[in-house]
Amino acid sequence: MSDELYHEKLVERAQAGRAHGRLDHPDKTATLDNPLCGDRVTVDLKTANGKVLEAGHRTRGCLLCEAAAALIVAQAPGSSTESLAGLADAVRDFLQKGGPAPSGWGAVEEFAPVRAVKSRQDCVLLPFRALAEALR
Amino acid sequence: MKTTKPFDPEACRAQFPILTEPPGGLPLYYLDSAATAQLPAAVLTAVRRHETMARANVLRGVHRLAEAATAAYEDARAAVADYLGVPDHDEVIFTGGTTASINLVAHSFGEGLGPSDEVLVSELEHHSNLVPWQLLATRRGVTLKVLPVTEEGRLDLERLPGLVSKRTRLLALTHCSNVTGAITDVGPIVAAARSVGAKVLIDGAQRAPHGPLDLPALGIDFYAFSGHKTYAPNGVGVLWGRRELLSKMPPFMGGGGMIAQVDLEAGTSFADIPRRFEAGTPPIAQAVGLGAALRWAKALDWAGIAQHEARLTGRILDGIGAIKAARVIGPTGLQGRLGVVSFAIEGIHPHDLCQWLDRYGVALRGGHHCAQPLAKRFGVAGTSRASLAPYNTDADIDALLTGLEAALKRFR
Repeated sequence: MSDELYHEKLVERAQAGRAHGRLDHPDKTATLDNPLCGDRVTVDLKTANGKVLEAGHRTRGCLLCEAAAALIVAQAPGSSTESLAGLADAVRDFLQKGGPAPSGWGAVEEFAPVRAVKSRQDCVLLPFRALAEALR
Repeated sequence: MKTTKPFDPEACRAQFPILTEPPGGLPLYYLDSAATAQLPAAVLTAVRRHETMARANVLRGVHRLAEAATAAYEDARAAVADYLGVPDHDEVIFTGGTTASINLVAHSFGEGLGPSDEVLVSELEHHSNLVPWQLLATRRGVTLKVLPVTEEGRLDLERLPGLVSKRTRLLALTHCSNVTGAITDVGPIVAAARSVGAKVLIDGAQRAPHGPLDLPALGIDFYAFSGHKTYAPNGVGVLWGRRELLSKMPPFMGGGGMIAQVDLEAGTSFADIPRRFEAGTPPIAQAVGLGAALRWAKALDWAGIAQHEARLTGRILDGIGAIKAARVIGPTGLQGRLGVVSFAIEGIHPHDLCQWLDRYGVALRGGHHCAQPLAKRFGVAGTSRASLAPYNTDADIDALLTGLEAALKRFR
């Protein structure tokens, strides 16, 4: 993986994610702010029988934040809500403690360059924290 | 008669070790002085000299180091008073910074306010000049009135008469916006305050680094600024206030140094100003650094600097103006402003832009700049901000514009 923060794959993921919006009638939703920069992320979920059926988002944030939200929207459907409950902690460990990418979330490796930029780690974590909050 | 040398930007820059020998040998184009300005060698030398030759507590000991420290600390107060144009040195109170200075007034002056009183702030303020007043409003039931800003990012002074009344006790407003760079015309504010017997506090954090002041001529009552934005160490700031006001205000923080007499039975009486408001060991070396910084600054050719900074500001405004997707938040002209330019580029988040520019060695600030009500007013989550100091040169602007061009290719 490139140590370039804004590598092609991440930029493409963030830009593609802009096409997705919020869900019309989510049964779970959470909105979180980053007080330091004013960014705001909403994550919507439709769930049934302990599984995520559909995910949506609204992200007013930086490219790293957008890419993380886009990854959640792409990957969460099909996952059990139980398996997603600890995802934010696993991503935090990946960024801050050099831990592995969470099981089934190999694309989190795309954020590896953020490990070296402490001031931007919260940008990646914000959507994952919103997901955890929605599932709470 | 003392004359100042005509301003030479390169000679000025050469006095800043972090700019002449940037860390890691990497290029550094520092355009974030509105957040923190760099230190000239004269200040570094003064702080080092103090810490190696006169380090001791002040106003306590009688040994020679204590005497030297006290003399240096009071000499710094004299330098600050001189920079502010204030004849009474005791009106200068050392604090931890602008935030601490404003909180001091909000607590101490605010102690005399209640539910029938109003304080006027504005949409343009840094949180440092907003939140202390919001806290006062909660604590004492004071009503906050808010002066709006114009489309150009200036205080809308035409709205003053409708917002100031006989209930108004204080107008707490910025001297220069840390976002838009707009300089406040203080005259109408003082006139409005005087018409109803209110006091005026001016947040000078952004204006103080740009040349000596004449506070008595401004006609205000309180002025606050920070060391770290005025070429001095952080951890020190200043509150200036009129003696007749400060002398009547109760202490804010209690502790050593601020008392006249402490008696468990008879109670405690307090020292005169400035000691009354300097509880505990003050930031001594930082104050010495601030004194050195303001003496260094006072000797500069500020008319020459204003011309130089205006030309560089014009280059930034022209460069941003040429980007179709960009929008300047603040005045787009050069009148009545300082070299602080905030802008938003559609589709590029300020933090992504600033992170990208860092690879070119360009230091900009991105975010809401601790002015969220202003960001809301202009409908943006945040902006990128370039801010100038006398040590900036055309090379800094060249690097910024090159980096912006590359960012547009990468992110849009």
